[in-house]
Amino acid sequence: MRTDRLVLVGTTKGLFVLDSNNEVTGPFLEGTSVPSVAYDPRRKRILAGANSFFFGNSVRRSDDLGQTWAEAETPNIKFPDDTESKIVQIWQVTPAGPDQPDVLYAGVEPAALFRSEDGGESWTLVRGLWDHPHRPLWQPGGGGLGLHTILLDPRDPKRMLIAISTGGVYLTEDGGTSWRSSNSGIRAEYNPEDQRFPEYGQCVHKVARDSANPDKFFLQNHFGLYHSDNGGASWDDVANGVPSDFGFPVVAHPNQGDTAFIIPLVADVKRWTPDAQCRVYRTTNAGASWEPMSCGLPQENAYVTVLRDAFTTDGADPAGFYFGTRGGQVYASHDDGQNWETLAEHLPPILSVRAAAL
Amino acid sequence: MHVTVYVPTVLRQYAAGERKVQVDVGEDGPPTVGHVFDCLHRTAPGVVERALDECGQVRPHVNIFVDGELVRVGLRLGLETPVTEGTEVWILPAVSGG
Repeated sequence: MRTDRLVLVGTTKGLFVLDSNNEVTGPFLEGTSVPSVAYDPRRKRILAGANSFFFGNSVRRSDDLGQTWAEAETPNIKFPDDTESKIVQIWQVTPAGPDQPDVLYAGVEPAALFRSEDGGESWTLVRGLWDHPHRPLWQPGGGGLGLHTILLDPRDPKRMLIAISTGGVYLTEDGGTSWRSSNSGIRAEYNPEDQRFPEYGQCVHKVARDSANPDKFFLQNHFGLYHSDNGGASWDDVANGVPSDFGFPVVAHPNQGDTAFIIPLVADVKRWTPDAQCRVYRTTNAGASWEPMSCGLPQENAYVTVLRDAFTTDGADPAGFYFGTRGGQVYASHDDGQNWETLAEHLPPILSVRAAAL
Repeated sequence: MHVTVYVPTVLRQYAAGERKVQVDVGEDGPPTVGHVFDCLHRTAPGVVERALDECGQVRPHVNIFVDGELVRVGLRLGLETPVTEGTEVWILPAVSGG
């Protein structure tokens, strides 16, 4: 296996690993679905939030690119007894920055944040969020009540943005002890007309942090496409020129500010690409306009769904972008989305994609 | 009292590779299959925590048979099902697979 680039593809039937020659290895973690996967460059470790259909969830770890996997004696991520809760799914696994080499965070369903201080071997519930007074009022979206987005501030590891479907955006500035909702300007389409901009309860699908300015974010909502230039304090509607403001993933360009990518879908009940054409939309001006890019992607009878964690970048320079579909295709672009190539086809339904340049 | 617990293939790595485990069921709890799991947890926690969830309930796609009878709540007494000397408890993945 050439290992200068790694694409990790979590599916409903295990994890696949694609190398630089597009050779597919796997499935690993057979018997599980893999809704979350991460590559931790600090330890050169793959972490997977694996969900056994029979035996529950755990964060599995591989230090040899998927060939072997460590699993704790007992499930290593679980709610404390007093919560009387159980983990349905691990939605996100996120390594912290280089200044905290052993720290990772995980977002789960029902919505909660966990922290590991030993490289992902053991996990502890972040009580500050669990005890938040809003929590009993959060409601599950179509996919469940998941905490699916964890964005650490590169300037200060105590500052984080998380997002929940359906709870919205929450911020902490003290490492998770206290949290405040931050959804000003984001609409809740499903609320009564006079309650469509609540303090919390929005069905935020994904948030991405701008690579040039950590105070800027892009946000794909359950109807609504937003940008913030003030650390998430307020959000502006930037659905300018897109065929739909519904979709799941949003990915920021790792090397260019004000630049991000989305894959719109028609609507909540029509979760496929508009006009049956698979198109990625890119903005280079913080959402003032979006342009479609389709070269190399199917343009006829393409009823494609891309889930929130199935679109990613390898973070390299020049950057690679990768997305996987519920139909089992993996596409990649190495020219900022202008052209796409097919890396794999006929995989099981794809839930999560992450990539790294090694 | 001794009860035999049969471990499915995929969980035997958490039971020292054994297909069946003899459990010495102490008198520090009621003579039920739930207490059998409590006692098994002392030697094979990885088996018990995969058969039962964090709330101590049988996972939705796991079946427990006691002397040949499925003990899911609603059919029999679930984890309250009584056990006696020589009872056999089987842990099995249910008919499903995702």
